[in-house]
This record gives sequence, C-alpha cells and structure tokens, in this order.
Amino acid sequence: MVVAMPKADEAAIDGGVGAPPRVATFVNVGERTNVTGSARFKKLVMAGDYAAAVEVARQQVDAGAQIIDVNMDEGLLDAEHAMVTFLKLIAAEPDIARVPVMVDSSKWSVIEAGLKCVSGKPIVNSISMKEGEAQFLAQARACRRYGAAAVVMAFDEVGQADTAARKVEICERAYKLLVADGFPPEDIIFDPNIFAVATGIEEHNNYGVDFIEACAEIKRRCLHVRISGGVSNLSFSFRGNEPVRRAMHSVFLYHAIKAGMDMGIVNAGQLDVYDTIDPELRDACEDVILNRRPDATERMLELAEKYRHKDAAVEKEAEAWRSWPVEKRLEHALVKGLDAFVVEDAEEARQLATRPIEVIEGPLMAGMNVVGDLFGEGKMFLPQVVKSARVMKKAVAHLIPYIEAEKSAGAKAKGKVVMATVKGDVHDIGKNIVGVVLQCNNFEVIDLGVMVPFHDILNAANENNADMIGLSGLITPSLDEMVTVAAEMERRGMTMPLLIGGATTSRVHTALRIEPAYTGPTIHVLDASRAVGVASALVSDGDMKAELVDRTAGEYKAIRTARAGKGESKLASLNSARANGFKPDFAAHPPVKPRMAGLRRFEDYDLAELVPFIDWTPFFRAWELAGNYPAILEDPVVGESARALFDDAQAMLRQIVEEKWLTARAAIGFWPARRVGDDVVLYTGEDRRTELSRFPFLRQQVEKREGRANMCLADFVSPDGDWLGGFAVTAGLGIDEHLARFKAQNDDYQDILLKALADRLAEAFAEHMHLRVRREFWGYAPDEALSNDDLIREKYEGIRPAPGYPACPDHSAKPELFRLLDAGATGMTLTESFAMLPTSSVSGFYFAHPQAEYFGVARIGPDQVADYAQRRGVSIEQAEQWLRPNLH
Amino acid sequence: MNATERLRAEAARRILIKDGPYGTAIQARALDEKAFRGGREFARDQRGNNDLLNLTQPEIVREICESYLAAGADIVATNTFSANRISQADYGAESLSRDINIAAARITRGAVDAAMAIDPRPRFVAGAVGPTNKTLSLSPDVNDPGFREIDFDTMKQVYAEQIGGLLDGGCDFILIETVFDTLNAKAAIMAVLEEGDRRGATIPLMLSMTITDRSGRNLSGHSIEAFWYAVRHARPVSVGLNCSFGADLLRPHVQALDPIADTLIMAYPNAGLPNDLGEYDETPAATSRQLDEWARDGLLNIVGGCCGTTPEHIEAIAAAMRAHPPRATPVLPSAMRLAGLEPMTLVA
Repeated sequence: MVVAMPKADEAAIDGGVGAPPRVATFVNVGERTNVTGSARFKKLVMAGDYAAAVEVARQQVDAGAQIIDVNMDEGLLDAEHAMVTFLKLIAAEPDIARVPVMVDSSKWSVIEAGLKCVSGKPIVNSISMKEGEAQFLAQARACRRYGAAAVVMAFDEVGQADTAARKVEICERAYKLLVADGFPPEDIIFDPNIFAVATGIEEHNNYGVDFIEACAEIKRRCLHVRISGGVSNLSFSFRGNEPVRRAMHSVFLYHAIKAGMDMGIVNAGQLDVYDTIDPELRDACEDVILNRRPDATERMLELAEKYRHKDAAVEKEAEAWRSWPVEKRLEHALVKGLDAFVVEDAEEARQLATRPIEVIEGPLMAGMNVVGDLFGEGKMFLPQVVKSARVMKKAVAHLIPYIEAEKSAGAKAKGKVVMATVKGDVHDIGKNIVGVVLQCNNFEVIDLGVMVPFHDILNAANENNADMIGLSGLITPSLDEMVTVAAEMERRGMTMPLLIGGATTSRVHTALRIEPAYTGPTIHVLDASRAVGVASALVSDGDMKAELVDRTAGEYKAIRTARAGKGESKLASLNSARANGFKPDFAAHPPVKPRMAGLRRFEDYDLAELVPFIDWTPFFRAWELAGNYPAILEDPVVGESARALFDDAQAMLRQIVEEKWLTARAAIGFWPARRVGDDVVLYTGEDRRTELSRFPFLRQQVEKREGRANMCLADFVSPDGDWLGGFAVTAGLGIDEHLARFKAQNDDYQDILLKALADRLAEAFAEHMHLRVRREFWGYAPDEALSNDDLIREKYEGIRPAPGYPACPDHSAKPELFRLLDAGATGMTLTESFAMLPTSSVSGFYFAHPQAEYFGVARIGPDQVADYAQRRGVSIEQAEQWLRPNLH
Repeated sequence: MNATERLRAEAARRILIKDGPYGTAIQARALDEKAFRGGREFARDQRGNNDLLNLTQPEIVREICESYLAAGADIVATNTFSANRISQADYGAESLSRDINIAAARITRGAVDAAMAIDPRPRFVAGAVGPTNKTLSLSPDVNDPGFREIDFDTMKQVYAEQIGGLLDGGCDFILIETVFDTLNAKAAIMAVLEEGDRRGATIPLMLSMTITDRSGRNLSGHSIEAFWYAVRHARPVSVGLNCSFGADLLRPHVQALDPIADTLIMAYPNAGLPNDLGEYDETPAATSRQLDEWARDGLLNIVGGCCGTTPEHIEAIAAAMRAHPPRATPVLPSAMRLAGLEPMTLVA
C-alpha cells in the first residue's frame, strides 16, 4: 500500500509548487535565517559560506516556515551587502523563493536595499514611531511603493511599550496615522513586543499577560490588522534547556493565538503540541506566562532542572495483546484502530523483515484486508475504518523513510486516484472519507485539497498518470465547476474516468449536466462505501470496467431521455405564478416591530450553551450511519458502531468546550422593510424612505393544483411595511490549529470528527440564535417554550432560510447579507463561489410571519431568469450561472 | 473626467478593444536598412530597430496605428516596446530613446485625435513600456546565481526616461507590458509613481504579464496570482496577460486572475503558437472564436492581439465582442495578500 503523505508544511500554507493556493491561519515565520536568532547561520554568513546559508533557508521552508525572516544585523557584518547577496541567491531557488520574505533589519537602509531585490510581495520588519511620526510615515509610504506589507513595532518617541495599555495606545495611534495616510489596513502587522519572563525581576512577571491582553484589544480597535511577535525572546532565561523553551513557546502561543496573534517568528521545526506537554510542566509554564502565582518563577526554575536532559517520553502499560507475535499485534491494532504502539510494532516488524516494504506488503496489508473484508460485509462501519486507516498511516509514515533509503520501487498500488474539492468550495469531510477508504483498499490517493482550480486537477492527473479523477463539492456552485472540469477534460482530449461525489451532487445532475460534457467515463458515486467497488472495477483488466462504464452510460442516457420526454412538470408563466402568490393574513397577524434595532454582534459565544441544541441525526449521516438519533444507538446493525462514535464525539465535544478549541461568533440584524414585487426592500429608517438594500427572491413556477400557491419568500413580508432579519453564525474559528495537529499526527479520524462536530455546533448555534431572536431580539414570540425535539421539527413560528438552500437557492445573495451584517468583523469570509469560511458557518434571513414556511423554489423558466437578472443588475448569463441548478 | 474615469465609464458598458502589434505589420512592409535610417547617420545597422521608425518613418507608424483604429480598436499603443536606453544600446541609438518616445506618443495621439474628430467615441493612447532585455531577478551566469547584470535603481532610471517621453508626447496611460520579470515591473512602477510626484498627478497604469513556459509562470517564476499580489499596490487601471501563447493556452491563467483582480482585466494573446517556420498562421476567425468563448464566460474587459495578429484579427475580435457584456469586477474581502513565487493569503 502506498499512501500519499501530506508533508507537515503543506498543512496550512498557501501554495507550494503545484499545490493549490491555501488560506493560512497561524503563520510560522522561520527565524533560522536571522543572524540574531541562529548562531549557526551567523557563523556561515560571517565566513562568507552563502551556499550553506542558503541550505538553512531551504531547511526552514521544508520544516514548515511559511515566510522566512532574513536579518543580517550584526556589528561585524556589512549588513546591506549581506542582505542583498543572500536575497539574490535565494531568488534563484524555487523551493525557497516560493514563500514570501520578511526583510528584517533595524536599519532602514538595509531594508530598502533588500526591497530592491525581492520580486514578490514581502513584509518589512520593522518600522515604528521611534524617531517620530514624519519618519514613520515616510518609511511606510516607501513600503507601499515597493509593494510590501509592514511590521509596525509598538515603539514610540518615549520607548518600547511594555504594559498592555502602552502597547495598545501606540498601536492604535500608529494605525490611525497609517490608515489616514492611505496605507491599506490589511497590510499592517503589529508587533507588540514579546519580552522575557521568569527572569527573576519582578517587573517582568506580567510581560506574557501584557502581550496576550494587548493582542485582543488591538484586534478589537484596529480592524483588519495582523499581530506578530518574536517568540523566542520569551524563554530567554532558559537558554540551553530546549525541552523547557519549547514547552514555554507552545503554551504561550496557545494563549496568544486565541487572543488574536496571527504569526510568529519561531523555529518551525521545534514546537510541541499543547496537549502532549507533560501536565506538570505545562502548568508551570502557564503559571509563569499567565503570571498566576507569585512563586511561579522559582517553581519553574526548579522544575526546569528536571527536564534539562530528559526526553518527555511516557511509559506505557502493556496489555495482554502486547505479548502476541508482532504480525498479530499489527493486525489487532489495525482492526481495533489502536495507534498507541503501532510505530514501535512497525519498527519491530521492519527489523525482522528482509526489506522494509515487506512489512507493508505482509502484515499491514493482511490487517487492512481484514478491515476491508469486514467493511465490505457491513461488519465494520466508517468511523472504525477511518480509525484503522489512521493506524495504517502512522505505520506507513514510519516505514517510508526506510523504503526510500533502500530506493525500493515501493509496493505496487492497485491504481492512482487524483482527488480534489473543486475551486470555490472548501468542504472536504466526505472527500477525506473516500480518500481514506480508497487508501485502505490499496489505492494510491493524491489528494489536492480544497479550492483546487481545474487546471491543477488535470495537470496533477496527467503528471501522475492517474487512473481516475475524483471530484467533490458540497455547495451548489460546485456543480457548475464540475461541469467546467469535465468540459476541460474533453477539451484536452483526456480519457481517464471522472468520478463525481459530494452532498449536492446526484446521479441525475451527473447524467444531465456532467456526463454530456465529457466523452470519457463519468460516474456518480453515491457514498464512500461504493467508491471502492467503482474504483476497483475501473482499474480491472477484464470486462468489469467495460461492463460498469457501459451500464452507467446506458443508465444516464435513460435518465436524459426520461427528462427530455414527459419528466418535467409544466411551468406557469412568471406572471401567472405571481398572480398565484401566497397571501398571508396580515390583518390577523400584523408585522411585529423588532425590539432590537440595527445590528448586534456576539463575540466568543459560550459553546456550552450550544451543545443542547445539537441535532445528532445529521452527524451520524455524515459518517454514513443510517438512522435517527437516539434510536440509532440501539440499532441492531449499526448500534455498536454508532455508540462508539457517539462516545468519541462526546469526549471531543467536552474538550472543545472546556479547552475552547473553537470560537463561536455571530452577527444578527433587523431592518425596516417592505415587499416590492418579488423583492424585499430594506430601508435605512422606520420612515421607509431611503432604500438601504434589496434582496430579489425567486418564485416557484411549477404549476400548482388548485388552492396551492406559487411561493416566494417575499410573500411573507408585508408590502405596507414590515421587517426582515439576517444572521451569520460560525463555530469554526480556531479549528485550523487543531486540524493541523491531527494532520501532523496522520489522524484522519479526529480530523473528520472535529469537522463534523464543528458543523453540528454551527447548526446548533443557528438554531439557538433563532430561538433568542424569536423570544428576545425580535421578540415576536416572547413566550415560546418548545422542547429541543420540537425545535428540530421546526414547530416554531417564523423561518430562517439560508441562501443556497431550496427556498432561496441563489448563493450570491450572501455577499450583500454579509455586508449588511458587517459579518466580516466576526472573521467570516466568502470564497468566489460564495462558500463561507470558516466552513462551519450558517447564514440566512429571518422571516417572522407565522404563516411563513420552508419550501423549494425548484425549476424556474427563462422568463423568471431574465426578470431576476434585471432585478439583480447582472447579465442573463450571470444569472443563469447562479441559478443553474434551478434551470433543469 | 480624466482618462482613467473615461476609460472606466466606457469599460462599464462594453468590452473594449486594444490594438494588435507593430512588429508583424512592420515586417510585412519589408523595409531595408536605408528605409530604417531615413537619411540619418548611424554607426551601426538599424534594420530591425522598429522603434526608430517613429523618428525616421513616422507615416508608416501612423498608417499602422490608423489601420487598428479602423479595425475598431479603442485603445492603441505606441510603437515603443524597445524604446528604452538598454534595448536601444544594442543599436547604438540609446541617445535617441527620449526623442523616440516623444515622437511615438505624438504620432499615436495624432491618429487617435483625428479618429475622434470623425467619430467622438472615446479612444485612448497607451504608452507601451517593454521589459527591456535585462532581468533584475536572474543571473545570466549559471555559475554565479547571485550575479545581476543591472540593479533596481538603474532600471528605474531607464524606465523613468521612457515614461517621461511618453507622457510628454501625450499618452493617456502607461502600459507596462510583456512582464517577464516581476521585479523589472516593480522598478517600472516605482518610476511611474515618482514621475507622478514630479508632475503632481497620478499617472494611470496598465500592467500585463507574460507567461514564458508551460508551467504557467513568467521568467522570474511567478504565477499570475503571485504577480498580481506583487504589483497590486500600483492600483492599475487594468491588469492582465499578453503574448505568451495563443488564446487556448492562455485561458487558464486569465481564469485564475478573474476572481482576484479587483480592477479591469486586459488580455491580448498571440495568434496561436508559431509554426515550424516561426510564423503565426491562426486565422482571424480562429482567434476571435476562442476569445468569443472567453467573453461569453465573462473573463474580459479589454481584449486585443499580440504577436501574429493583424488588423483583420482585431476587426474579427471586435465583431465577436459586441454580443457580450463586460466582465464584472469583483470586490475582494479584506485580507493580507503576500507573494513569493506563490501567492499567500491571510484572511482577516
């Protein structure tokens, strides 16, 4: 089995040669190419050994640095010359030059010389108000002209800021000056100074707290800025004691990142995972950094001695199965999904084997075959399979270096699959599950990640000589993008099979839209359990492939024929559909004025409040376990698997809440409105004179039987004056840090579990917020008291439809909704296909009328498309693109 | 309204047409050494110094310019791709570089003003600034990767001279085109910004990268996304791609630029790839058919032709564009956008 291993540094970086652009969260700035941060680098540069110095930069990038800091400030060095020489040399190394550079010097002349050698968009580190406002602004303007972002130190005419108040005061002053001068706020990075703690000097004890508090306040006052800092200063007192320094840095970052720190100058290869730090040491670090007790420093110094030469290895308990022969132990670990001993067992097996590859081809594959058989027989379920895959990945990760060292060709995979979530879409739970299952079945999976443009997918498929391509997507615009991929494959004359999967995809859509665009085999794969069968058939030598391809093509043709014939229900004209619109009884239920006016934002909402609102049934569905919660836990077939998954989910959920893995934020708002045609017009004031915005909605056009209306959301709003609400909630902020951790541990199970839980929390948040809106903020149902079951069954008054869902299927309403809500201030953003980031987010409208109900717009006619295009002020082609799922 | 506002107003209504190349048209006239010199004295041969024709054969340059205006071009460029001190030094004509630029801008300005006197539809003069034949990012010596033939400040001065001449001769825009080295373009941008300081005005800019190989990067190694982030501070009126390949191979890169370019997109590809004889043989119908697809997919604000295209190509492209609305410019969410050879985005 060959597993495509993501390199640690690819977890959060934007790019990588040939890799799709990714969005970074916490950014590691490499410090090893800084003469003040690395004695070795300094020695090399002083000796003029630039070839070796360039290798240091390469190692930094390989180890995960997403930006490299270059600093040549050394008294005995011609810093300008060294800076220029080094920057020109790394420009010639694509492996290094792919990441942005941070040009770092305390001398402006060195910075400017550096900027003249950097071809991308670098960061200047740093400028400050040390020499007054005039010089500060002059340097900031120069940064802009060279096309650079700038680190601004919390330093003014008086000196360097030490307390939180001073840090905030200086940064805010600098921010106002810069923004007034036209400096883009998103290109400002504040460095509020990290100073050494536990120095024995009492005034230093609060430096950690000062920095962390300043981060949060600067973020609050200065919109769009970033915060950075040099982390190694913090542990200056513990030079020579690497285990303690690493723990301190990890603990500090854990807290500072939560407070808003975005990037740090760190040794990317040397950080511990917060959770894995010895609790005793972690507590001591926390005492020192958070200044929790007066004797924190003494205790830390004492404890530090213990770690000076000790590795943090933890002893493990041996269990009965631990005494079995190693092959049996590996099989047991795979089937049970136990990863605690797998690396040492794999190592033991390797030493017994003649060649390391035999461990994979022998006991590991045998174990995975057992897993594959059990899964195929329905005796094992996805959650367990994913856990098994985690064990397999860890074992393989251990063996790969030996296999490569031996220059073995590696095990022959059954076939190669290039997989990607298409451009504009960020959802990947399902894709990851399919990837894991395919890997378990001996396929090599090249996973290109999310938001992958078609040319990268097709190039990767061709370059890797793939046997097939698998596309995934969740939001409806992705369906279009998949058609584009298929059409591009056709244009390039490709022939390899194209597999389609993901929540919004369907056999019908594939048959109607995707398959006709591509003459090669195009197959919709319903879920992960079907993926193996399909993929195996496609790489088989015999008739299986031809049989599958022909049968599928035949089925799809039949679907098209059925559709072309009588299949489609008749459409009413837009005018007659409008005439048959829904007419709520506004006399009996007049519009209620919201108690709260304007916007309200919720920062850091208590996750514990959301847990009771979780709807668990979709959670099990995400894992392909069919059944309703809670009955599913007692299900005779999947009950055991569901219970195990539920236990793991509860445990992680507790950690998420207690350790604040995720941050939940929301923005809601209400606006005076009225219905004008099929639009809901929002006004700036209660006099409803000045238009603030308008949301054109779509109307059902399928012909209705007598007495049934052609619904449109606008119908629920009174033409004589009413209100519309909007919301955007997220529970996914902060998730990347943890996903990166799981990825680094090759732990797909926890990775998928966390994503699925974050999605549930976001939905729960939307449900909870809707309840508060009904009771408090809008207050049209102040006395509502419903059980959670009734909430899930939507027994309440009023609805909260979301753009992209059946009642208002056009995702493109989101940018305007986000703008009105100022949702960007919560940290939520939209991709070009209007997918929300973080992924675990929900947004939509509030309609209060008691007769408002959910419905599906379904198919609409060209008359409505043209009308809608005009109302939206876009071309018909644009409208067709947005509404494509509703055109057929 | 200034030129930028007039261009934006016009571009909001339709896809604008840029002209085609001078090189192909000049080659077709098969001028000899005597014609290039036009009676002037030179120490070296001038045949092939197309930019010199602005001084020695102004009526030919004007004829070419008029042929593109007649074909429907809204934006015509000056014949100054190599009219910089570095490139002219190859002909020993570097002392003429400022004069060449002034003359070229006057010719094009004259042709545009004459066309607008007949039909007042707005037309624009773009002062073409090529990449020079030196690079700030690469060493010409494989054994010494840190070596550079030229430095940033010298490059900036060379550009400043050309840009000053183009503006003095009456250009509406400075078009920094065929950018094979992003750092060269950054030096040109700095020259434009400083020239703006001297003149007390914002000089409107157009930027156009070229892709030099099938990996989808320019010579300095930047993808179109990385290029855009590296030059976005110039706030150009348009950004895009030219030359490189034909429309088919250029398309993915324009598609990549589309969602991130919060300004107009201008593209002018070659007439396909050269054949075995180094000639371009893609027909006007073939070129315009491909660009018609681009426009249908909403990728274009300004479109024209590069190597191998002719007034007939431009006419066919202009005809195809009439059926399509212009690309809508996206509004980008706030984010720090950095670039090495790859783009990197930090969302706020």
